[in-house]
Amino acid sequence: MNEAERLVELIPRLRRYARALAGDRASADDLVQDTLERAWAKLHLYRRGTDLRAWLFTVMHNVHVNRVRATRPTDPLEDEMPELAQRPTQGDALMVRDLDRAIARLPEEQRAVLLLVTLEDMSYDGVARTLGIPIGTVMSRLSRAREKMRAMLSGGGGGGAARLKVVK
Amino acid sequence: MIERPVNDADLQAYVDGRLPRERRAEIAAWLAAHPEDAERIESYRRLAAELRDTYSPVLDEPLPEGLRNALRPERLRRAARVAGWVILGALVGALAAWELRGTQTPAAPALDPAANLARRAAVAHATYSPEVRHPVEVGADQEAHLVTWLSKRLGTQLRAPKLEAVGYTLVGGRLLPGEDGRPVAHFMYQCNRGTRVTLYVRSDMPANQTTQFRYAHEGRVGVFYWVDNKLGYALSSADISKEVLLDVANAAYQQLNPP
Repeated sequence: MNEAERLVELIPRLRRYARALAGDRASADDLVQDTLERAWAKLHLYRRGTDLRAWLFTVMHNVHVNRVRATRPTDPLEDEMPELAQRPTQGDALMVRDLDRAIARLPEEQRAVLLLVTLEDMSYDGVARTLGIPIGTVMSRLSRAREKMRAMLSGGGGGGAARLKVVK
Repeated sequence: MIERPVNDADLQAYVDGRLPRERRAEIAAWLAAHPEDAERIESYRRLAAELRDTYSPVLDEPLPEGLRNALRPERLRRAARVAGWVILGALVGALAAWELRGTQTPAAPALDPAANLARRAAVAHATYSPEVRHPVEVGADQEAHLVTWLSKRLGTQLRAPKLEAVGYTLVGGRLLPGEDGRPVAHFMYQCNRGTRVTLYVRSDMPANQTTQFRYAHEGRVGVFYWVDNKLGYALSSADISKEVLLDVANAAYQQLNPP
């Protein structure tokens, strides 16, 4: 099977990831189309024998990030930035019980990690390569994403959501 | 058993089932002694299951029209080596269908290479010329680099003709996959009213073929094309008349094929 055919086979998975990433169906499929178009144009850059799925998800990630940047005045905060003080979120938690909306409220970079690990069952190493970040960052983003989701979905029970205790 | 410290990465890997059996048992034992953490880990697992349940049905959804066309087996077989075009065909779906509407001739089974050149050039034009943000891969500000790069990839010395005399300045260019995945160069020009013309260049035409100017149109896209030995050129536009396009094509021709 050649690359183009394998690419076609991966379309449903791209759509699933895009749906979780973009929320609604129309913008998700827009994202898939842009991704495939770009992948098609860049196929000569794909190195045979390497992981086509990881390559394709990298393309999608880049397309998505470019879109988000284009529609947002500022770049997201870096992982290393301290968390900003937030107003109490108990009330909000009730409104975002819906999984979709909770996902939408995750910072972009955490969402990507959580979805690749969970939906694509991609190895941590694969996620690191796909997103072009160190594996340590993958782990910390994954951890933050899960904790945020838990706080949002547990109806405010995350008030005491002790950040991860590192047990020695 | 020596107790190794439990860190956060262990717990994440536990949730995802990525730990070796032995370590997995250690973590399970640790969690049994730490009910709060155990509860947290359990909620992570529920979240993962919920995410999969929520989004995995997308895998079984029928593909939208455009993408479904890309999956037709006989098209795939026929285009096995150039399946990228099948995907593109589907992707530019709405755009190309509209741009090329009114095209009466379905792809003939064996197009002659020159006509095929024109058809591909028209599709490439319809795909890239409406791009606002990414019309080209390398901009005209790096023209020397662009020409060197494309020449290297096509294996022959290329030139981006200067079309200022007929009102068009170079926007830049990009590399495209052509037949059998062989690279094609694509230059884009724009006039001060914003109209664009694109020059499609391939370097793998069947040998010993040289043609005069020919004209073809696919829907709204008009194409002047000619072949000079191994080099095939096609100049396309969707927005200007055949006469004006001919002027531009002549200007390009004279530079690319000096007498």
